[in-house]
Amino acid sequence: MILRLERVEHLPSGWLWLILSQADGSLMPMMNPGQFVEVGVDRSEVLLNRPISIYNRTDRTLELLVAPIGRATKALRDYEAGDTLRVIGPLGQGFRSDFAPGSKVLLVGGGVGIAPLYYQACELVKKGVETEVIFGMRTAPDQAIIDRFAEVCDIKVCTDDGSAGFHGLVTAHPDFGKAKDYIQVCGPKPMMKACLKDAVSRGTEGEVSLENMMACGLGACLCCVEKTVKGNVCVCKEGPVFKFDQLTW
Amino acid sequence: MVDLSTKLKDLELQNPVLTASGTFGFGTEYSDFIDLDSLGGFVVKGTTLEARQGNDYPRMAETPMGMLNCVGLQNGGVEHFIEDIWPSIKDCKSVPVVNVSGARIEDYVACSERLAELEGLKAIELNISCPNVKQGGMAFGTTCSGAHDVVSAVRNVWPRHLIVKLSPNVTSIVEIAKSVEDAGADSVSLINTLLGMAIDVERRRPMLSTITGGLSGPAVKPVAVRMVWQVAHAVGIPVVGLGGIMNANDALEFIMAGASAIEVGTANFINPRVTIEIIEGLKAYCERHGVTRLMDLRGII
Repeated sequence: MILRLERVEHLPSGWLWLILSQADGSLMPMMNPGQFVEVGVDRSEVLLNRPISIYNRTDRTLELLVAPIGRATKALRDYEAGDTLRVIGPLGQGFRSDFAPGSKVLLVGGGVGIAPLYYQACELVKKGVETEVIFGMRTAPDQAIIDRFAEVCDIKVCTDDGSAGFHGLVTAHPDFGKAKDYIQVCGPKPMMKACLKDAVSRGTEGEVSLENMMACGLGACLCCVEKTVKGNVCVCKEGPVFKFDQLTW
Repeated sequence: MVDLSTKLKDLELQNPVLTASGTFGFGTEYSDFIDLDSLGGFVVKGTTLEARQGNDYPRMAETPMGMLNCVGLQNGGVEHFIEDIWPSIKDCKSVPVVNVSGARIEDYVACSERLAELEGLKAIELNISCPNVKQGGMAFGTTCSGAHDVVSAVRNVWPRHLIVKLSPNVTSIVEIAKSVEDAGADSVSLINTLLGMAIDVERRRPMLSTITGGLSGPAVKPVAVRMVWQVAHAVGIPVVGLGGIMNANDALEFIMAGASAIEVGTANFINPRVTIEIIEGLKAYCERHGVTRLMDLRGII
């Protein structure tokens, strides 16, 4: 689909908050939290599309939260409202959300891995799930992101440098160890591994969202594989969200 | 009305646009985006006698106007293809082609023999050029005698159209092409990926788990067009051209260089509808230039 940028917000940290709509005015397709889209950044010199998680979706809009790190995401900084992007999706399997009302779910985001957890938090709160978010960053995150989460659920911030919230890793946060029914994590691999290990040791089940390097996003090229209990599987198709017990970590 | 049809010997295709093995899954991965029936044909992922897990991650690195991969022939094996995949693609109006790979001649033969039982399967593409597995066929594809031996052996058990996919990682692709023609190939497809390598200097590590891998995408296209041109002028069997085709103009380059059909590979990753757009672009080109039969342009260079 061709999506038009309705708004491009340059957050103080340098992250981009993109709000897109269908260029032809049609409705945004249904999407599940944890799914992703492939974005063609034609103004960059890269060949392949970039997989980007869904920050939020409404009937008319798709929102993406992007940390400009590589050539394609940096090129996105030059896009303005009115510009269009090629977008394929939604793709992949998202987070579990069929929890009973009143169950306790912890969402843990590291860095820009926080992005898909907003849409998931909205979904869980809608279902009456007691939802709490722990957001780990190297340094203080953008207030706009915190405010957004705070509108729907409880959010705790952890920073490596102590510039905001709790000074330390997400797994060291006092709330991390509190009893939960399920935990869903998206962030750097070492962080996800630490969360998984800790949760498993306490018998808590959960999921992580991976970001292995992809070419097609459709399960055709077999480049983004992760070793699982079922052997090598495509993160783009069987994931990006995997249950803890599917991984060989 | 423009006639886009083409023939690889006795194999009739409604248009010359196929998909390249390993870039199109089993076709069904793309059925949300395109009507498979609209293609000339599609070559499914490399199939081996036994299931293979492929190489370790990372298997892909993006390079200037191209990508390196070292997937390593991950596939469910020929029995999985026959039982679980074939029923869903066998009635396609376009021609499904199975890419057959192996490590030993006996494996190529056993795999082809099994596929020969599928009566509706009109063609196989013999992969004697995979750079990503030890003895992944490239061992056969890099010498004339190796190529001749494996093609002759498969020729004995495969009764229908036999395409042989050639490696560019050789001294003379023309000599290899002549050998496989002599061994009974019905057509040749070229080029497979170019052996390449990329290094992450910050981490001081190779980008791929296997260190080297196959380069594809627009970066390889001029090499591929040159090789197709050389081979098309040297052999009597049809040539299927591939390597970095992104649009109709790229496809036309291969056709003018002598290709009777083309395969689209890496471009499928960027735009899942690219094959359909290429077919439409070929039609539009012919209309613009007053060409009634696309294949009249074949080999004009």
